[in-house]
Amino acid sequence: MAAPQAIVIGCSAGGLTALETLFSALLPNLEQAIVVCCHTGSSTVELMCELLAQHATLPVVEASERAPLEGGVIHVAPSGYHLLVEATRRFALSVDERVSYARPSIDVLFDSAAEAYRDALIGVVLTGANSDGAHGLACVRSNGGLAIVQDPADAEAAAMPMAALEIAGADYCAPLAAIAPLLNRLCLP
Amino acid sequence: MNGPAHQAPLADADLLDIEVELFVRALKLRHGYDFSQYAPASLKRRILQLVQSQQTGTVSELTARLLHEPAFLAIALEGLSVPVSEMFRDPDVFRALREQVFPVLASYPQINIWQAGCAHGQEVYSLAILLEEAGLYERAQIYATDFNENALHHAQEGIYPAKEAQLWSRHYLAAGGSQSLADYYSARYELIKLDQRLRRHVIFANHNLVTDEVFCEAHLVLCRNVLIYFSDPLQDRTLALFRDSLVRGGFLCLGTRESLDFAPSATDFSAVNAALRIYRLGSRNPGTG
Ligand SMILES: C[S@@+](CC[C@H](N)C(=O)[O-])C[C@H]1O[C@@H](n2cnc3c(N)ncnc32)[C@H](O)[C@@H]1O
Repeated sequence: MAAPQAIVIGCSAGGLTALETLFSALLPNLEQAIVVCCHTGSSTVELMCELLAQHATLPVVEASERAPLEGGVIHVAPSGYHLLVEATRRFALSVDERVSYARPSIDVLFDSAAEAYRDALIGVVLTGANSDGAHGLACVRSNGGLAIVQDPADAEAAAMPMAALEIAGADYCAPLAAIAPLLNRLCLP
Repeated sequence: MNGPAHQAPLADADLLDIEVELFVRALKLRHGYDFSQYAPASLKRRILQLVQSQQTGTVSELTARLLHEPAFLAIALEGLSVPVSEMFRDPDVFRALREQVFPVLASYPQINIWQAGCAHGQEVYSLAILLEEAGLYERAQIYATDFNENALHHAQEGIYPAKEAQLWSRHYLAAGGSQSLADYYSARYELIKLDQRLRRHVIFANHNLVTDEVFCEAHLVLCRNVLIYFSDPLQDRTLALFRDSLVRGGFLCLGTRESLDFAPSATDFSAVNAALRIYRLGSRNPGTG
C-alpha cells in the first residue's frame, strides 16, 4: 500500500469503550484523517463526540456535509444518515435505505472511502454484534488498502470482527490494545 | 510518447467510473433526465444497487436497457431517486415550525407552502396536521413536488406500513401534536391510510429541481434531505430557485444535517434557527453585505 492518508473505523455494540481506548493511545501528531462510523441507538452523536473527546489525543468532531476530511482530526458519522467520502475527499450524506438495518452503515462509508483513497486507506473493524463493515473492508482491500480487524476473542461482541475476517480477511488481526500502536507505526514512518 | 494508445490497463475502479459516466450521459441524452450534477458517491452506489436488483451484471448492461427499452426508464428513476421519508422526522424541527414560523405565517391571508422533494408524502401530511392544529390549514395551499412520478402517486394515496405508525406517533407528540396521531389515519391489516381530508389544500405536481423553474410565490419552502444529493453548483441553483420563489421574509427549512457553508446564494438567507436549519429570506439590507 501507499503511505496512508486516511483511516476509517467501524464498530457497533461495545464500540464506544473500544474507541475511547483506541483514541487515547493514538499519537497526537498523526496527520491522517480519521473517520468513525459507530452504530448508536441515539438520535444524535453530540454526546458520543464529547465522551470521545475526553479521551482522545486528537480533536473529535461530527462529520459535516460537504466539509473536507481534515488530517489529524477524528470525524464521527452523524446518526440517521449514511456518511460517504467523495473522490474530492469531502463528506457527503445520504438518507438512502438502511443497509443491514443500519444508517449510518459502515459498509457505505468504507466503500466510498476506498474508492476515494484507494491504496492510501486503512480500514479498521472493531467490536460489534452484526456483520456491517465486512463487505466494506473487502472493498478497502480490493482497492489496495490495508485491513485491521480486532481479534474476535478480545472483542466485547465478536460477530462483527468475525464476519470481517470471514468475508474480507485482514492484514492484521490484533487485540484492541495493540491497534493504536499499530496505527501509530503504520502512519508515522 | 504521444497518444494514449499504449496506456496501461485501467484499474477496475476506474473502469467503473467510466461506465457510470456513460450511464449518466445515456440517461440525459435518451430521456432528458440530468443526473450529472448529483453528488457522485451516493449516485454511484444507487446505480450499483440497480445493477444488483436488475441482475444485469454490469453498469453497461443497464445503459443498454436504458437506451433500448423504453419501460426501463421508470425503473431506473425509481432506483436513482430516494423516496425515503418519515412523518415528523426530527420532531424538534416541526415544533420550531409551529412555534417560530407559524406565528409569522398567520399574518398572511393566504399561506403558500412549497414542499420540494416530497417523496412518498410523509412530510406533506405532517405539515397538514400541524397547520390544521394551529388553525391555519383553511388558509393554506401546499404545493408538494417531486420529479419521481411513482413517488407522487404514492404520496397522493397516503398509505404506509402500519409498523411505522408507532415511531411516527412518538415523533408527532414530541413535535407538540395536540391529539393522537391515530386520529388522522385509519388502520387496516398491515397498513395505515392518512385521512384524505388532509389533502384538501395540497396540490401534488411533478417538478424537477434540475431543470424546472419557479412556479409559485411561497411563504415557506420545505426541502429536506434533497440537497444532500446535489453537487455544489446544483445546490446553489436550487437555493436560488427557492430564493426567487419566496416572498421577502419568507422561510426556508432544510434537513438538519444540510450545510449551506459551501453555497454562495446562502448569503440571501439569515438563520432563524441555525441548529434546525430554518432560515429566512433577506432579513439583511441588500448591498450592505
Ligand atoms: C430522501 S427524499 C426526502 C424526503 C423528505 N423531504 C424527507 O426529508 O423525509 C429525497 C427526494 O428528493 C427527490 N428528488 C431528487 N432529485 C430531485 C430533483 N432533481 N427534482 C425533484 N425532486 C428530486 C427524490 O425523488 C426523493 O423523493
